[in-house]
Amino acid sequence: MYELKYDKDICATCETIDCLMRCQYMEMDLESARQERERILNGEDSRVLTDCVTCYACEEYCPFNNHPFYLIVDRQEEKGIWPVPKPATNQQLVIMAPQSDIAPKKIQSPTINMCAFSMLEGCIRGSLFEGTSIISGSDIFCNIMWLHFAKNSTIRERLPKAIDNIREYYLKDSDVDELVHFHDECYGAYTHLAPAFGIEVPFSSIHLFEYLIRRLDDLKDRITPINQKVAYQRPCSSRLIPETQHFVDEIFTRIGADRVDRKYDRENALCCTFAQQAQQRDETADDVLKRNIDDMVEAGAAYCVFNCPACFFTMSEAVTNSGMMPILMSDLCQIALGE
Amino acid sequence: MKNIDKELADIVGSEFVSNHPEEKFIYSRDMGTMEPAFPDLVVMPNTTEEIQKIVQLANREEIPITPMGGGLTLSGLVRPLKGGIVMDLKRMNRIIAVNEKSRYVITEAGTSQGMLQAYLKKHHPSLKHSVPDAPPIATIAGNVLIHGSGHISQSGGFHSEMLNGMEVVMPTGEVVRIGSCATSPYWFSRAPLPDLAGLFLGWAGTTGIVTKLAIKLYPNRLFNDVKAFVTEDSEQVAEVIHRVTGTQVAEDVNVVMSSRMPGFQIVFMTYSADTKEELTWKRNLIRASLKKFIDDNVGGFMVVLPVLKGDFLEVPMKNITQFADEMQGGGFEYIGAIMPIELFSEAYRTGIEIADHFGIPHFIIVRVVGLGHCMMFAYAYAFNRADEADIKKVQAALEDTNRKVLQMGGIPWKAEAPAQKQIIEHMDPNTFALMNRIRAVLDPKGIMNPGNWEV
Repeated sequence: MYELKYDKDICATCETIDCLMRCQYMEMDLESARQERERILNGEDSRVLTDCVTCYACEEYCPFNNHPFYLIVDRQEEKGIWPVPKPATNQQLVIMAPQSDIAPKKIQSPTINMCAFSMLEGCIRGSLFEGTSIISGSDIFCNIMWLHFAKNSTIRERLPKAIDNIREYYLKDSDVDELVHFHDECYGAYTHLAPAFGIEVPFSSIHLFEYLIRRLDDLKDRITPINQKVAYQRPCSSRLIPETQHFVDEIFTRIGADRVDRKYDRENALCCTFAQQAQQRDETADDVLKRNIDDMVEAGAAYCVFNCPACFFTMSEAVTNSGMMPILMSDLCQIALGE
Repeated sequence: MKNIDKELADIVGSEFVSNHPEEKFIYSRDMGTMEPAFPDLVVMPNTTEEIQKIVQLANREEIPITPMGGGLTLSGLVRPLKGGIVMDLKRMNRIIAVNEKSRYVITEAGTSQGMLQAYLKKHHPSLKHSVPDAPPIATIAGNVLIHGSGHISQSGGFHSEMLNGMEVVMPTGEVVRIGSCATSPYWFSRAPLPDLAGLFLGWAGTTGIVTKLAIKLYPNRLFNDVKAFVTEDSEQVAEVIHRVTGTQVAEDVNVVMSSRMPGFQIVFMTYSADTKEELTWKRNLIRASLKKFIDDNVGGFMVVLPVLKGDFLEVPMKNITQFADEMQGGGFEYIGAIMPIELFSEAYRTGIEIADHFGIPHFIIVRVVGLGHCMMFAYAYAFNRADEADIKKVQAALEDTNRKVLQMGGIPWKAEAPAQKQIIEHMDPNTFALMNRIRAVLDPKGIMNPGNWEV
């Protein structure tokens, strides 16, 4: 059930093997990459399965959209590999389990899906979000995080139920058929991951940044350019939906933010290090975090802007200590609106 | 009892003596399950000399005295089991001196944890004391005298081990000094003199009234961090503790288990440093000590997001005390069993069995004491004080817990009077006989908190 839509022949005949060759965390030459690819395709042991830091970037690097990362995660699980130690994984499975406390709610468009980040509902404020409905809670958690834990089985089990809950409790009795996803993860889950696994999604999805652009256009008379240099921290889930990345530049243009030109941006973005810490790779996480933040500072950024709350929570202390202000994209827009 | 109200008023002032029923009500109980025991009088002295006079008066009239600090043991240790006077020491809350170089503070017995914490933060920010996870009104002296533990106990031992010296009013009225202060103007140590502090530590106020004390202070470092290690196999935890304490890096090590997250044991380790580099080095030492469990896939560090670290580094930790009102209604008591580390798994299983048997949600928190030399294994039970059946159920659970702790080889800490009797049943008879001989010498008329440590 929910088989990954993946074509082995495409991978087998790929000449560039971008998924492995461009990996920022594993170094290998083309011959090694070919060998590891063969092992993965044949279901054999591969160092890729144990060394992968689960940054999702290979999903973006694959020129054929053939889901190399989803395959790696499937293989990890088949092989009984635990990227995050078993007790910590099991604990997260309990913590993030649906609590079955969802209740029917009448919603209206636009509806902001906050997923499991109920604690951030306070961010949905001001003229940007005027008249919006909010949905959130463990019962509509998109569950994409399990990609970090080699638990595609949990995604296959819980994501369809979350979709059912959204339909049953929110959409069924409301005249709403599209959701604005506050977090890249949800947009990635419903527009990329779900189709890749053959999971039906009965609503359309709007990326938060696209929604912000619409609202900024509506409110353009109230915008005061912030005239600040801003570094953008791409979240892992944005690797699933690179087609949305142009929105960042478009927002920055509208609010007068100068996206700093730096080494670890766009396709070279580095992880926030949450997953690496969970995988017990503290030294790697230290190195990645330092390189990433040093890069922002050297580029002269005054702000580090986030889409992902997990990235925000993971990096905000280090960002602050380096003299920048960590901020969510919606809050940055609100500054431009004088709110 | 002879009417001594006026004599007490002459000693402390009439506003600091009371026999009003509402005050007798308040001083008859604590938040635990022990039955109330009413005093005849409550008195609040302000000086050692006033205490001397009160004790001499009580001696003359053979009236019991129960000395009281914060009254927060939860095990009813300051209930006046045989009536008489409750002596509330909260007016004696002066912080007398801080010795920065030798890192100790001299304070009066009524000084609270919160007062000292605030004082040090304001006047000596490079120093801190070991704070228990109790309300800030708990007193320094009370916690030392019950062999309490706190946020530096993993590295520093029981709070009684952090005691440098005391001033005590004996049950017969003499004032004595214990420790270096007996022979020196400095309160730096209990060594090298014969250590008489043991005459007053753990005795539940039955041997004298401590009026001043000096405790050790510790460096308050700029950089602080916490690691959390999770396992699903209680058999592993003793070894986890053994290894992490072997690094001598963590200041505080606690293990938390609750019915909210059944089956998991989470070991929290706090550590501090003067530089970020030192902090990272200490983190790496802790990590290295537990690598075996990660390699074996039986344990792993949780990611504690920076935004959440404040909750775990807070002193005292409010998150823990929230459980105290889990059942609503304000009732809370726990058995803090002092036991060796190797009993962890058996103690954990026992706690689950007891909670299941009585239908109570389990909440167990363990504080490692003294580089893993032992632990305070707390079986906590919240209850609704307005529900008599709930109280009875928890009383039964507490009694059962005390019995099983003793069977395992542990010893209930700050034991309530019935639990003291259970302990005495397990005690070497010669030890108990020695306790009685000592008490007979120190308190010939038996006026000090009678009803405690008695058969």
